[in-house]
Amino acid sequence: MNASALRIELKSLSLGHRPVLHPLTLAPAPRAWTAIVGPNGAGKSTLLRAIAGLLPFDGTLTMDNQDWTAWPAKERARRVAWLGQNEAASEDLTAYDVVMLGRLPHQAWLAPASAADHEAVEHAMRQTQSWDWRERALGSLSGGERQRVLLARALAVRSGVLLMDEPLAHLDPPHQSDWARIVRERVEAGAAVVSVLHELNVAMQADRLVVMDEGRIVHEGAPHDEATHEALQRVFHHRLLILQVQGRWVALNAS
Amino acid sequence: MHAMSGRTLTQLAALLALGAVLLALGLAIGSMGWSPWTEGGDTMRLILWDIRAPRSIGAWLAGALLALAGAIAQGLFRNPLADPYLLGCSAGASLGVAALLFVMGVSPAAAALALRVGMTGAAFAGAVGAVLLTLVLARGVTQSLRLLLAGVVVGVVLGSGSALLTLMNPDILRAMQAFMLGSTGYVGWSAVQVMVVALAVCLLTALGCSRALDALTLGEDTARSLGQRLTVIRLLLIAALSLATGAAVAQCGLIAFVGLVAPHLVRSWGPTTHGALLLLSPLTGGALLLAADIAARWVIAPQELPVGIITALLGGSYLLWLMHRRKAHFSGLGGGR
Repeated sequence: MNASALRIELKSLSLGHRPVLHPLTLAPAPRAWTAIVGPNGAGKSTLLRAIAGLLPFDGTLTMDNQDWTAWPAKERARRVAWLGQNEAASEDLTAYDVVMLGRLPHQAWLAPASAADHEAVEHAMRQTQSWDWRERALGSLSGGERQRVLLARALAVRSGVLLMDEPLAHLDPPHQSDWARIVRERVEAGAAVVSVLHELNVAMQADRLVVMDEGRIVHEGAPHDEATHEALQRVFHHRLLILQVQGRWVALNAS
Repeated sequence: MHAMSGRTLTQLAALLALGAVLLALGLAIGSMGWSPWTEGGDTMRLILWDIRAPRSIGAWLAGALLALAGAIAQGLFRNPLADPYLLGCSAGASLGVAALLFVMGVSPAAAALALRVGMTGAAFAGAVGAVLLTLVLARGVTQSLRLLLAGVVVGVVLGSGSALLTLMNPDILRAMQAFMLGSTGYVGWSAVQVMVVALAVCLLTALGCSRALDALTLGEDTARSLGQRLTVIRLLLIAALSLATGAAVAQCGLIAFVGLVAPHLVRSWGPTTHGALLLLSPLTGGALLLAADIAARWVIAPQELPVGIITALLGGSYLLWLMHRRKAHFSGLGGGR
């Protein structure tokens, strides 16, 4: 896995005629987990889609100091994996077929899956504990089970950058912890992981927090920094209690 | 789950065998009912070679083309209710035929010109023209919803054009009705050749895009993030969809339900990738239409039922049954899955 340096310098991004993101710069560090947090409508998912190259915007997107948008689509897909919010659930594909789609960027046109592809798929499915459902149709799985298969699909790409938009949706607390453990493993292997999270307690385990509000990055820092806590309090209108419990920072609802 | 699973191979072999059995039946059943080729001499051989063989093979090919178009449409638009006529093909073909029949009644010179174009040519030109109009109105292929809406608009507008022409010249009503109900009765060897070429081209194109269709089941963002060039893929698939539908409609008229039902039938056998679906759907559609054609010849022999009536009855009943059996699947239909 190559350590990749992705950087976005955005002047503006509008959806329709509505400006959604204002000038900002973000360069998720390799070998680090960056969590983007903020209130609803802050522009977190839009920023992540822009970083993934899925939304046009006024500005530049570079990988290792080169114009990322000019790279061939398959090469980009090998370097940056994407897990979207509410990915559709196919009725027709088995869980295994879905995870194998993560290997598409590595496969030549119409070439059958290689032994390496099968190995990557099995490894990713075992990591997310979804291997037992490999023969079942994705549409027949529960929300949490499906999310683990979709996470395995993103992991199977084995990319240097992993972008995930609300990956914890439908996951119960033990599987949220499993997700955080998997992220940590990918980071230790050299990946840059960027996730949009609503679960602040999980986000507080990240290496860096990017706090957003009204289409702007209002703060970027370590989860244990006092300044980060202040920024979180500001954007959530002082309705949080940020405490240290057994050596870990947690954010509770203050009301 | 691998390149082609054992289950898919078994289904492929079974559908090929079914097609062969139906073809043999198609050769053995004529306007007088059961009359196998072991009886009779030269006349029988002529009937077999010039009428029953091209008609039976043609019915299988038209069914295969429509089913392939249906599987492409359902995958491309991520909507299990999508059918081959979605982008205005049927309305365009009907208008082409209506215009041809109308022109034939205007003057002898116009009739001569119309004869050179022929019903087949008019239907094909109408079908392709309608799809092009849909693409123009949708401003390209980038937005599925816009394409679907443009297809609906084109279907309604061109359909009213056909109705207007029919109203202005009621003499063409009967011929139009025959076209709208669909028939395999006039398929000859030249039509078979056209459909074989169309099926080969469309099948290869669709299979080449099958993994992109699999990726699209997870949404457009995910498909693009996996390196799929969706604009090119959409263009290729819409071209294949239009060619397959246009070729079938031009030769056999508007045959209902085969394109919608065949892919559902394949899916009802278990989870399947688009690679398998695009391969098995044409074989299923071919068998369905050939079986319907045999029934159309046999049920009230020596009279013949329009094959479209049988496909509509069987297809509609099957979909109702499927809807009842898979309530959870159909309860979520509203657009994308």
